[in-house]
Amino acid sequence: MTTELRTGEAVAPAGGIVRSPAAAVPLRTPLVRRIPWTLLVFIVMATVPWLGSRYDTFLAAQIVIDALFAVSLNLLLGTTGLVSFGHVAYFGVGAYVCGILMKTYGVPFVIAFPAAGLGAALFALVSGYFCVRLIKLYFAMLTLAFSQIVWAICYKWNSVTGGDQGVPEIPYPHLHWMLSLPGCGDLSIGDRFYLLALVLVAVSLAVVHRIVRSPFGRVLTTVRDNPERAAFLGINVRAYQLASFVVAGGFAGLAGALYGIFSRGVFADYVFWSKSAEVIIMAILGGMEFFWGPPVGAAALVWLNQAITDYTQYWPFVLGTILLILLFVFPGGIVGGLVAGFRLIQRVGRRRLSPRHA
Amino acid sequence: MLEVQELRKSFAGFVAVGGVSLTVETGQIAAVIGPNGAGKSTLFNLITGHLQPDSGAVRLDGRDITGAAPHRIVRMGVGRSFQRTNIFPKLTVFENIQAAFLVHHGRGLNFWARSEALYRTETAALLYSIGLDGQENTIAGTLSYGNQKQLELGLALASDPRVLLLDEPTAGMSATETHETIRLLERIAGERSLTLLFTEHDMEVVFSIAQKIAVLHQGRIIADGTPEAVRNDAEVRRVYLGHREEQRA
Amino acid sequence: MSGSLVFSQFMGGLTTAMFLFLIASGLSLVFGVMRVINFAHGSFYMLGAYLAWQAVQWVQPSGGGFWLAAIFAAVAVGLLGAVVERFLFRYLYGRDELYQLLFTYALVLILGDAAKFLWGVGQLSVSAPPLLSGSVQILGTTQPLYSLFIVVIGPAIAFFGWYALNHTGVGRMVRAAQMDREMLDALGANVGTIYTGMFVFSAFLAGLSGALVTPIESIVPGMDVLIIVQAFIVVVIGGMGSFWGTFWGSVIYGEVLSFGILIFPGFSLFSVFVLMAVILIVRPWGLFGKPL
Repeated sequence: MTTELRTGEAVAPAGGIVRSPAAAVPLRTPLVRRIPWTLLVFIVMATVPWLGSRYDTFLAAQIVIDALFAVSLNLLLGTTGLVSFGHVAYFGVGAYVCGILMKTYGVPFVIAFPAAGLGAALFALVSGYFCVRLIKLYFAMLTLAFSQIVWAICYKWNSVTGGDQGVPEIPYPHLHWMLSLPGCGDLSIGDRFYLLALVLVAVSLAVVHRIVRSPFGRVLTTVRDNPERAAFLGINVRAYQLASFVVAGGFAGLAGALYGIFSRGVFADYVFWSKSAEVIIMAILGGMEFFWGPPVGAAALVWLNQAITDYTQYWPFVLGTILLILLFVFPGGIVGGLVAGFRLIQRVGRRRLSPRHA
Repeated sequence: MLEVQELRKSFAGFVAVGGVSLTVETGQIAAVIGPNGAGKSTLFNLITGHLQPDSGAVRLDGRDITGAAPHRIVRMGVGRSFQRTNIFPKLTVFENIQAAFLVHHGRGLNFWARSEALYRTETAALLYSIGLDGQENTIAGTLSYGNQKQLELGLALASDPRVLLLDEPTAGMSATETHETIRLLERIAGERSLTLLFTEHDMEVVFSIAQKIAVLHQGRIIADGTPEAVRNDAEVRRVYLGHREEQRA
Repeated sequence: MSGSLVFSQFMGGLTTAMFLFLIASGLSLVFGVMRVINFAHGSFYMLGAYLAWQAVQWVQPSGGGFWLAAIFAAVAVGLLGAVVERFLFRYLYGRDELYQLLFTYALVLILGDAAKFLWGVGQLSVSAPPLLSGSVQILGTTQPLYSLFIVVIGPAIAFFGWYALNHTGVGRMVRAAQMDREMLDALGANVGTIYTGMFVFSAFLAGLSGALVTPIESIVPGMDVLIIVQAFIVVVIGGMGSFWGTFWGSVIYGEVLSFGILIFPGFSLFSVFVLMAVILIVRPWGLFGKPL
């Protein structure tokens, strides 16, 4: 035992003993931490319609929506330790609910959007109830089965989902009012929808971030690390897994709703199981141990896809190769790699400063 | 008071626990000993709900808790540590204990509060009392073996149990670590007036702190009483202490 | 519904079933021994089909040499399996199963594109060997000889596999590996060699079934992803890791699909996925497997 036991002494004085996690970081480094990165990224993203081309805005919209989708998955993958191979089902339910409500029933976006989230969460509640009863690979297989059921319904239920024709030409929400804002007079409807999506995603990410840092989120990490021990803290493991599944499904539904409008239609292809693998790759590529890993992964993947398809049609080959490199060389993903690199620099710097090591 | 009555469990024909009855009075420190495979861990798993007994009953202060799910049994006031260390390896030491407090106080379904601000003083005090202060920000999985055992004890204590079950609390520890752990256990049991039931293979440990010892052999209790009585029991000498002497020889 | 229609649907379902059994048995074996769901199994199957086509072109452009081509394809895919296991996959043992799943998925992406690169995106086909290219009349229905051949070869391989698992030394070790890896270690068996052997044998079966499918289905990109989901369903129904379970799982799948189309046109896809989900919920270890 490295610490000597204070057998005779009374209980420690309250407070004062625990250093805040921030205090554990050496005093010289926090400059990087003090920069409000999230705000900065948000501002940069918000300027894209003005500073970038129409194509840039198109890519930015895709990144933003994928970021929310990947973050919702990571609530399961990184926080709760559940490997879902069917997360795209909830994305798809959200896309179809929002698309059908807006196109077929003329429901305004303000109602259709939250309805998409609720619909997906509800479906997650029903399917998740069964999934969390299974462990590991069986859990993965059942999520896959549910997502394929959704796919089969979307593909075959012509009267509601349009079958293999999908639900095309979903209308944009009414965003005319944006034109009267200062400096926004020239924005196209695509630009305006992008800005709306950006704000909605930013708010959603803030909420998920808050949830991850909440007591609920802390409990989820114990369930991830050691479900058996978690149960013996008094945690109803399945109930928490289900709660996490529902929250993750709901946010995936919101991402799906935005995606349906963004791509001007919802099609059964969106719900095929291989899309679930893609979003897992996004989360891993960015780093599933970090909250901002999946958004970074989403951005990297969308950008890479765009950059590479200019040169070759063999994007899956490139993606597979990236995945192999990730698995064998950088299991922590981009953010994990950056953090490790940063710590290395820190250590080297400290060694240089410290005369003992000179 | 913890009462176990005629508890039975067999696995595919093999009787692991065959009709065990045992009573631990409130505030008592009791040990279950027995050779490997005697059924000690199975008995613990039956008491804490990890296994369902084939028959028999477990009562806590007169209340029947037989076969309830582990998370319910904890909430009724039974804490437990495991033979293999069982912590949350990717969380920090602080987060480990704090999570236990969050759950114990029923805050687990709070989606909105900032968890890092909660139960800081309670966590700090508990870490201090189990000798892990100063390690708050260490990732639990990187702690030394002895420290992990301490942390596990802390996890069990955070839910403020009335009865604490410890499965081999000093397994794998050095002589010094073992000695310190015993002092720690005795102090904490005294401070919190815990009812303590533990298994242990180190007879020195057992006879130094147990007020009552039950000897388990092939799934049955063959002796049950004060350390003195058990030490002098002929049957125990034959099947257990004798067995140990043979091993030494 | 006339008797001959029922019979013809039944035979159609059985042909599908025996094909799927050839494919899924390898998947199930690898799951049973290594506890890995191998997404790339479908890719091995697809490569088997393309390689068989390629070999037929080399051997006899007129369309002969089918059996030679099938064996060549199976062996080549088996070798590929050996390379994959020895040089890559083995480094992921003991890692989280997510990484193992993603590794096999990376192979799906890479092998899928490699096939497109080598053989293009058009449909390719191979004609059935002359001996089996005719058809016979049974109960008023016309049954292609090749389908009958498949219906016979499926159970033959099942029996061979069952025999090998239960009556040979290697089979006993494989079964021990299914039950407890540590025990196998204690027995002094070389777990690494058994894993390699299982993986190679499973790839060999996938390659062989890919080659055998060429006379009745055209070879197209995407056949890998389509087949793997069906193989999953079969393995789940029968019980992951159970050999006979996979056999009966294939039969159930084939017949449900075949008669499903007859009764609810269009909804058969839906029904097999529901079947898969229901079995996972009610008996996660499958109809014929044992609980872990």
